[in-house]
Amino acid sequence: MSILLILVPISLFLGCVGMLGFFWTLRSDQYDDLDGSSMRILSDQYDEKPKPQESTAPKKR
Amino acid sequence: MSVSACPACGSGGITEAVLDKTSAVAQSSSADQTLLFSLPDIHCAACIAGVEAGVSRLAGVRDARVNLTRKQLRLTADPALEGRVIEALSNLGYRALPLDTSTLATRRDEAGRRLLMRLGVSGFAMMNVMLLSVSVWSGAADVTRDFLHLVSAVIALPAVAFAAVPFFTSAFGALRAGRLNMDVPISLAIVLASLTSLYETIHGGEHAYFDAALSLTFFLLLGRYLNHITRASSLSAAAELAALEPRKALLCGPVPQLVPVETLKLGDVVLVPMGAHVPVDGEIISGQGEVDTARLTGETMPQPVSPGREVFAGMVNLGEALEVRMTRAPEASLAARIRALVEQAETARSRYTGLAEQAARIYAPLVHGLAALAFLGWYLVSGDLRLSVTIATAVLIITCPCALGLAVPAVMSAAVSRLFSLGVLVKDGSAIERMAVIDKIVFDKTGTLTRGKPELVSDLPPEQLALAAGLARGSAHPLSEAVLARADALGIAPVSDLVDRVEHPGLGVSAHWRGQAVALGRSDWVDPEGTTSGAEIQNALGIGEQAVSLRYVDSIRPETSDLLAWCHGAKLAPALLSGDRAETVQELADRYGLKVLGAAVMPDEKLELIQGQGAHVAMVGDGLNDTAAMQAASVSIAPGAALDITRRTADFILMNDDLSRIPKLARISSQARKRILENFAIAAIYNMVAVPVAFFGYATPLAAAIAMSTSSILVSLNAYRLYRSAS
Repeated sequence: MSILLILVPISLFLGCVGMLGFFWTLRSDQYDDLDGSSMRILSDQYDEKPKPQESTAPKKR
Repeated sequence: MSVSACPACGSGGITEAVLDKTSAVAQSSSADQTLLFSLPDIHCAACIAGVEAGVSRLAGVRDARVNLTRKQLRLTADPALEGRVIEALSNLGYRALPLDTSTLATRRDEAGRRLLMRLGVSGFAMMNVMLLSVSVWSGAADVTRDFLHLVSAVIALPAVAFAAVPFFTSAFGALRAGRLNMDVPISLAIVLASLTSLYETIHGGEHAYFDAALSLTFFLLLGRYLNHITRASSLSAAAELAALEPRKALLCGPVPQLVPVETLKLGDVVLVPMGAHVPVDGEIISGQGEVDTARLTGETMPQPVSPGREVFAGMVNLGEALEVRMTRAPEASLAARIRALVEQAETARSRYTGLAEQAARIYAPLVHGLAALAFLGWYLVSGDLRLSVTIATAVLIITCPCALGLAVPAVMSAAVSRLFSLGVLVKDGSAIERMAVIDKIVFDKTGTLTRGKPELVSDLPPEQLALAAGLARGSAHPLSEAVLARADALGIAPVSDLVDRVEHPGLGVSAHWRGQAVALGRSDWVDPEGTTSGAEIQNALGIGEQAVSLRYVDSIRPETSDLLAWCHGAKLAPALLSGDRAETVQELADRYGLKVLGAAVMPDEKLELIQGQGAHVAMVGDGLNDTAAMQAASVSIAPGAALDITRRTADFILMNDDLSRIPKLARISSQARKRILENFAIAAIYNMVAVPVAFFGYATPLAAAIAMSTSSILVSLNAYRLYRSAS
């Protein structure tokens, strides 16, 4: 079972990477508009790079 | 254009500036703001491209972005451009409704994001620890098991310390105030589970409950997050009303001065230019014309006024400038009294205890009692502290507030989402619970059951309609707009060769056309000798000596008869409550078999009448005069075309003004309530089975994990049924 000493840290590391990836997607607002994102690929307007997101916090009236 | 009786008061130049300042809407500098629109009709890639391109083309509009999931458009622009954006969108073929960031479907906030992050951390930690736990349950022994426990501890403890913070802070707060809330047993369970597991790990024990602690945290955070996105916004109708009251007034004098309304004294005379809001309650001493009283009475038609008539703060002057002598202090004005009533109604309403809270009140003490009993019992029987603590912890975990914590939020978020797809925006999730138990429904008339705008029904030959449209163009009077709308609908262009067009405030428009004197306006002004009846809304078109009578009607919405039939069928005793004249109200009531709760009533009377209807009344209204009554009602519904503030403070908004959504709303609300009660039942049954198991020491970590997950999944699946029900 000494193989565990290698496997466990590796799987933890991969798990961490996954979590950090999740945080990145969360921060860059990628969950805001799933339907829209899937539709935008059909237009050729953003072939170079995706449409930039505007600032996240709406200003108060 | 305006003739002022106050000789020193200026001409059009002052009027423009004063228009801005005495306008009741608090205007900031013309800084760009984020504007939000609901576009119920968009559905594909072409819609996204079309809307974004079409709107970006407008001057002053930046950063237009469509959100297809929420069916919204978000852009940055001067708020004054709102009307132009809506117009551009409707030219493209999309209905648009301006949204406020308080409605549930639009909120993006930091608190929600932090919850999501904690959810993510606890989720990842839970999955990783469960991986390790499965190894242990599969028979790892001795050193291997201790090693796996250790790794679990290293993952679990920091994760719990970070992710479970919301529960700890809430529990702490409650304890400090001497109360118990749901979060106290939850925090106890999480903390005890972590600590006993750590103890076991250090001493090479067999059972460690790290995955249970993390599962608890995860499922409860999920419930918390769902609750967060369905909770009521903190928008206060009373605060909104306060923002609408005019704060400055133009004091008449050798040089008219703009002064704060609070500094005025009884007897002071203020000047109200054309288009401005009347700032105080008072009596007209000079000037005549018409005022728009829609805000206060809901009446579509402007009311004629002349010296001696009383006017109220909030009315809009449609005619020449008026001089008004203040007869009531600003704090005693009708508008201020309405605001005070709304405030009262709001405080009463915020005391509503939702189903979740009622369940929590029973749950928290019960759980503590059981856990304490388990601890004492085992300690007395076995004398083993370690064992007793472990079993007490197991009891705490097993009673799993998970199912309870998810019971209401899961259903609520499913209901809100379902309603959204049906075109109903929800401002307050708990309103769904209240909607399920209403027994009476009250409707406002103008603008709610009717379109609120007069429509021209007379059949005019095209040349006459073109002439009328030409005269009407440029006037903001509702009847002129009706004429233009009719011409537009028939494709008739207004005449463009009018000469000497003059607007006579309060009377009409006159001009010369191809050598003849023509006029469009009040029947008795256009044709002084002609005979006119009083009941209907009427105007006249004068061509030379001839006078053509124009009839208008405030048409009923087409879905009204089906809606009211449904109300009768559902035994909801539909009633009418309107500020409009008694005859028109009675006529409508007779036609559909409605009760007349009140006619020609002022906003404060509306409020009182609603309060007399009992605790389970729903009110549907659209105007400022309905807002107070709507706050007092148990549930308030506003059509999308309602006044800004009414829309923002109603519990539900019907996005496309379609009243036929109300029966669907009622059906989904009662289904949601059923699901919630079923979920409570599931949680109760589960507990009745699980608690004895834990009590007698059979709750191994494996059992706890299975129990928790199963109950949470069951509850969520039950909530999911809301998506599948027929509507």
